[in-house]
Amino acid sequence: MKRILALCMAAIFGFASLALAADDTVRIGVFLPLTGQNAFGGQLELEGVQMAHKEAGTVLGKKVELFVVDNKSDKVEAANATKRLIEKEKVQAIIGTYGSSLAMAGGEVSEKAGIPQVGTSCTNPLVTQGKKYIFRVCFIDPLQGAGAATYAYKTLGFKKAAMLVDVANDYSVGLSNFFKKSFTKLGGQVVATLNYQSGDQDFTAQLTKIISEKPDVLFIPSYFAEGAIIMKQAKELGATFKIMGGDAMDNPDIVKIGGKAVEGFVQTTFPYDPSMKNMNPTAKKFTDAWKATHSADKEPNVNAALGYDAYMIILDAIKRANSAKPEDITKALAETKGFEGVTGATTINETHDAVKPIGMIIIKDGKKVYEGEITPEL
Amino acid sequence: MTPEMFIQHALNSLTLGSLYALIAIGYTMVYGILRLINFAHSEIFMLGAYFVFWGVSLFSLPWPLAVAASIVFTAGLGIMVDRIAYRPLRDAPRISALISSIGVSFFLQNVAIVFFQAIPRGVYRPEWMEQPWIVGAVRILPITLFVPVLSVLFMLGLLYIVYRTKTGLGMRAISKDIETSYLMGVNVNRVIAITFGIGSGLAAASGIMWALRYPQIQPMMGTIPGFKAFIAAVFGGIGSIQGAVVGGVVLGFIEIMTVAFFPDLAGYRDAFAFILLIGVLLFKPTGLFGARVEDKV
Repeated sequence: MKRILALCMAAIFGFASLALAADDTVRIGVFLPLTGQNAFGGQLELEGVQMAHKEAGTVLGKKVELFVVDNKSDKVEAANATKRLIEKEKVQAIIGTYGSSLAMAGGEVSEKAGIPQVGTSCTNPLVTQGKKYIFRVCFIDPLQGAGAATYAYKTLGFKKAAMLVDVANDYSVGLSNFFKKSFTKLGGQVVATLNYQSGDQDFTAQLTKIISEKPDVLFIPSYFAEGAIIMKQAKELGATFKIMGGDAMDNPDIVKIGGKAVEGFVQTTFPYDPSMKNMNPTAKKFTDAWKATHSADKEPNVNAALGYDAYMIILDAIKRANSAKPEDITKALAETKGFEGVTGATTINETHDAVKPIGMIIIKDGKKVYEGEITPEL
Repeated sequence: MTPEMFIQHALNSLTLGSLYALIAIGYTMVYGILRLINFAHSEIFMLGAYFVFWGVSLFSLPWPLAVAASIVFTAGLGIMVDRIAYRPLRDAPRISALISSIGVSFFLQNVAIVFFQAIPRGVYRPEWMEQPWIVGAVRILPITLFVPVLSVLFMLGLLYIVYRTKTGLGMRAISKDIETSYLMGVNVNRVIAITFGIGSGLAAASGIMWALRYPQIQPMMGTIPGFKAFIAAVFGGIGSIQGAVVGGVVLGFIEIMTVAFFPDLAGYRDAFAFILLIGVLLFKPTGLFGARVEDKV
């Protein structure tokens, strides 16, 4: 960890020495989980941010400087990392983070300091609740949970659902509650809810119990690290029900890790995927730029897209405000309307959440396929 | 609960428990001989799994060869760790070596993060491991039976080495009194190096088995299983090889059966493992099979 930090610091100081006085630059902090359980998503989002930075490195004639810190997928570290960005690096705006628990811990600090923060893929409603300076470029979990429930009940015709929930994770607990609420409201029944804790690797006990309840569908609002092995173990234990998940399961490597066990898996996600038809121009540009700099087996994904959007939306706000003062950026961010991002047209609503459609992805024949968008019935 | 379900739970417990047992054997052996809790054990465990991963994916070795190479490699690594981090502290108070082992643990973990990246990776599994046998409503994966057998074999092998060979005699002598062993002509450093070699090979073997059961590896994968195995070793009586196996299996049963009978408590099953540790430390600090060792003044 120290070594990574040292490397990051060295890189930052390297860049810093190139730049001139602080007034000539716009300082944007990036705080993401680059190590630990959420490193998967964090690193992809960082790549998205860096791509956007490469594409648009100046605003209002000033150079934009990025300051990257690792929140280590840890709530305490998240608060410390944010503090460092604000007090030591004196950033004017912050991008981050993946993970609602981390966003909440860091958000408290930004809110107090009055620095605007744009969340990438933290979807729990509490992240922006009652906050003046916290925004996000993703939709929120009530919408996502309702989307998954609608798809399970209406499109697939399932009546009995089970859930396997990470109790140590705000995102997972929140999403499972919203799924349950919508699913029962639509007329379905949740027959079993089992728990586990982040970092667990053995789910056989929970899965054996779930299988005995014979649900039609199992909803796993988990992170990718656990999700793939949950599916593997479920198949090993002879599960035949459908498995569904949320946006945190979105990862290009899902088939590589899960193999045959992830076939038929359905998940809600943000409306971007390299496999989608009729992409908007921004998404197309993003996809082409990614493919030009990455090897063919490394597909872009929605996390990278959200990182890209978070950076661009801040730049857009700075342009509209014609100022890079934190207060002005905050005001302009709140007024964002129809911003054309990779993940669709984004409008920031009064609770500072992004309003955008919900995409559905299905794994078919070992490939991620973008099924289209769904309108959730709340 | 139907009988089939109970059998399924029991089999799941047996697999998990044997995995704990396998890790615990290595822990307990090093402790039994050196009175050192080798915290780096969980990182060697992780490296063992990674070496197989790299062997198969990078050098396209056949799986059994990759496993053998990994065990040899990690055994060498264990000896190196002893040479660099523990041997200079042989005469220092015991706590120094303990702290050194924590340092090694962090060091290896971070080296792994830098060089292997923190992202989880899927692990190759031989075909025959993927096909479950189906008996009624019970599904048995080959590894479910493979791991317990392996644990018992390793236990017997280790008992043989410790109680029936000359090196083992040296190990037992060192565990009693290191200075007297020197005086009696035991090549202490060599015996300790062999101890670490075997311990690390065992850690690698358990890491590889773990990765077969839960086919996803990442640099932090050793931490939690390491803690659990440590609990198992303490429960069985740290230093006792049979104790480690029994402790591991019992812990596996406690964890799975808690979830099976009290599904609502599923999220807190780690807590039960740690409650067990506290209970053992409070009421029977020597564990099931541990002998009371009086410290000499």
